[in-house]
Amino acid sequence: MRRVVVTGLGTINPLGNTVDSSWNSLINSKSGISKITNFEVDNYPCKIAGSIDDSKINDEIVNPRDQRKIDRFITLGLIAAEEALKDSGFVSENENSFRSGVMVGSGIGGLDTIYRNSSILDNQGIRKISPFFIPSSLINLLSGHISIKYNLKGPNSSPVTACATGTHAIGDSFTIIKNNKADLMVCGGAEAAICPLGISGFSAARALCDTFNDYPEKGSRPWDKDRSGFVMGEGAGVLVLEELEHAKKRNAKIYGEVKGYGMSGDAFHITKPSEDGNGGYRAMEMALKESQLNSEDIEYVNAHGTSTQVGDTIELNAVEKLFNSNKNLFMSSNKSSIGHLLGAAGAVEAVFSFKSLQSKTLPPTLNLENPDTKTSINLIPHEAISKTIKNVISNSFGFGGTNASLIFGN
Amino acid sequence: MSDIEERVKKIVVEHLGVEEAKIQSDSKFIDDLGADSLDTVELVMAFEEEFGCEIPDDAAEKIVTLKDAVSYLSANSN
Repeated sequence: MRRVVVTGLGTINPLGNTVDSSWNSLINSKSGISKITNFEVDNYPCKIAGSIDDSKINDEIVNPRDQRKIDRFITLGLIAAEEALKDSGFVSENENSFRSGVMVGSGIGGLDTIYRNSSILDNQGIRKISPFFIPSSLINLLSGHISIKYNLKGPNSSPVTACATGTHAIGDSFTIIKNNKADLMVCGGAEAAICPLGISGFSAARALCDTFNDYPEKGSRPWDKDRSGFVMGEGAGVLVLEELEHAKKRNAKIYGEVKGYGMSGDAFHITKPSEDGNGGYRAMEMALKESQLNSEDIEYVNAHGTSTQVGDTIELNAVEKLFNSNKNLFMSSNKSSIGHLLGAAGAVEAVFSFKSLQSKTLPPTLNLENPDTKTSINLIPHEAISKTIKNVISNSFGFGGTNASLIFGN
Repeated sequence: MSDIEERVKKIVVEHLGVEEAKIQSDSKFIDDLGADSLDTVELVMAFEEEFGCEIPDDAAEKIVTLKDAVSYLSANSN
């Protein structure tokens, strides 16, 4: 059986523009959440987000002239891809390019570009629409750009499963390599929806936190009784997945292994998760089965944990039910620090899961002052914990009732 | 250099990211200056904006060098 390992990591997120800088901030309990300043939010119920300052965008990776022709989500994705590929040391030559693919998705893609061009069409007419409008906003163009830049001619696609996108991209890439359709996949997710239409749309759906506008860093508080919705973040996470022997042959550094992947559908509601948590439960169970591990082998849950009223409790219940044999289980939510990166969330959280395995440190859940449910699971409030773990499960659930779970091990 | 040529050159520099010194009056946008077909559409839009005119598609297709742009705009801009 073909085994799949991870040989490269890359990210840009509200805590930093590299894996190491953001990981160090994460485990030192820093928050990446601040007031929105890139557009006027006076009339918006939510005025906070995990934004990336423009000064953190490395113009040497994507030059400013090219940035004009692609939506911000593509720029962020290209930055994370550059770091991941450099980290992996892999260079696509003509003889292996057909066996190396790309699967980087996004939840909403070029939302701000669509908004701006829509305004141009209304106010200035059809002749002012940029020829780059469509290619800069299409979601799969990120995978396209990565393939062109790095000569990757294998499978090329982009999942679009809302907040589960990043996790599905990694899981589907894992399956592609396992099934011998590629030896290497560059995979993950990117998102840049902190824009007027993005914030107003999620606000209208009553999904965003609107009670901590004066204390942005306190806004994202999974499992805390005062949580009032998620805080949007932006960024990208990209991983290089590789067949084990392929990685060994080129003496690649190996972070760990992708051991299992599960997915399911709620068939329940367009935005709410099913109340019994059965969808999330089945995704985790499927991943566990593929990994051939027992539930007590999973020591840490990198939670979806968005800081929404119903979602957090439902996930916690599902985790308790599946892993009840493990009396020493740890679980935390990176979203307490970086916000919810939507389609990039699962990918950035996978990057952090591999850092947890590698550095023997479990990142904290910030702002968890008063948990509203009793649980025997250690939710790692406020401060990171030093602990050696062998296996971690990472969850992502999305609008439409889509669920995905991945198990990583070292 | 005419005023029109100066303005056209500035747009080309801005949109294609090429050094001004490298642009000759008969440099082809695509073959010599690294533009792709979508870049040329955007270039024509920028000429329209700068010179306050509308360049029909059949005329736009014939603008492949700096010289072409300058002579079209000299004859057709306000």
